[in-house]
Amino acid sequence: MVLEIIGYIFVTVGVLFLFLGALGIFRMPDVFSRLQAGTKATTLGGLGTIIGIGFLQPEWFWKLLIIAVFIAISNPISSHALARGSYKKGLRPYMKEGGIDAYAAVQEAEEEKE
Amino acid sequence: MSRFLFTFGFFWIIWIGLTSTFNPQEVIAGAVVSLIIASFSYKTFTDYGLKFLTPKKIYYIVKYLIVFLIALVKANFDVARRVVDPKLPINPGIVEYTTQLTDNAAKVILADSITLTPGTLTVDIIGDKLYIHWIDVVSKDPAVIYREIGENFENVLKEIFQ
Repeated sequence: MVLEIIGYIFVTVGVLFLFLGALGIFRMPDVFSRLQAGTKATTLGGLGTIIGIGFLQPEWFWKLLIIAVFIAISNPISSHALARGSYKKGLRPYMKEGGIDAYAAVQEAEEEKE
Repeated sequence: MSRFLFTFGFFWIIWIGLTSTFNPQEVIAGAVVSLIIASFSYKTFTDYGLKFLTPKKIYYIVKYLIVFLIALVKANFDVARRVVDPKLPINPGIVEYTTQLTDNAAKVILADSITLTPGTLTVDIIGDKLYIHWIDVVSKDPAVIYREIGENFENVLKEIFQ
């Protein structure tokens, strides 16, 4: 009974964060900020949901824990690949006045080499 | 040999976790399969082997996990707060971050951790420079950038990879 309550709390928090992640993708101005919302909120969303189910179905707990670890490992790698790919494709980050883009210099140097 | 043992143990633990049983049949089948896979994949799987199985390093690995989990939860609340705020309080930009770590695996772990922590996303690593998209650039001063983004992680990672 206690396990069930803990499980439902985890699932609720997870679903809430998944919703906020989706809202963030909708509200943010450019691809990099969207990646921030999309990857961060969904990490805790996914982990929360999975761990919560682990509490509801104790016999699955270790299986779900391994899945959670794989999510935590693969999530930053995929978001890094997406960010780097979109920058190389020519998308530039949205910046307010006086913003800084230290990567632009590296990118220009690389393009000149080619 | 130590690399082989590490690979074998890693696969075996995952096998037992996924089957979630200590039934002898499953355990033996898992050992055989792990042995076969580990025997031809250990060369590419790890460069370190069992080097980390000393009490001091295990202590720092656990400490790292705790630091990381706290930062992860903070990051999520931070992003959630920015998303629901009607004014959308962001000031994005890409900053250059100089790491003091030299080991490749340590750098990858640092970059991954930075991606999962508040408002930062690693775009690229070149040498010892990390290019990080920061959703709220509070300063362009390298020392402040170092302190705000990765100091906690680096201090622990240095202990693990030395």
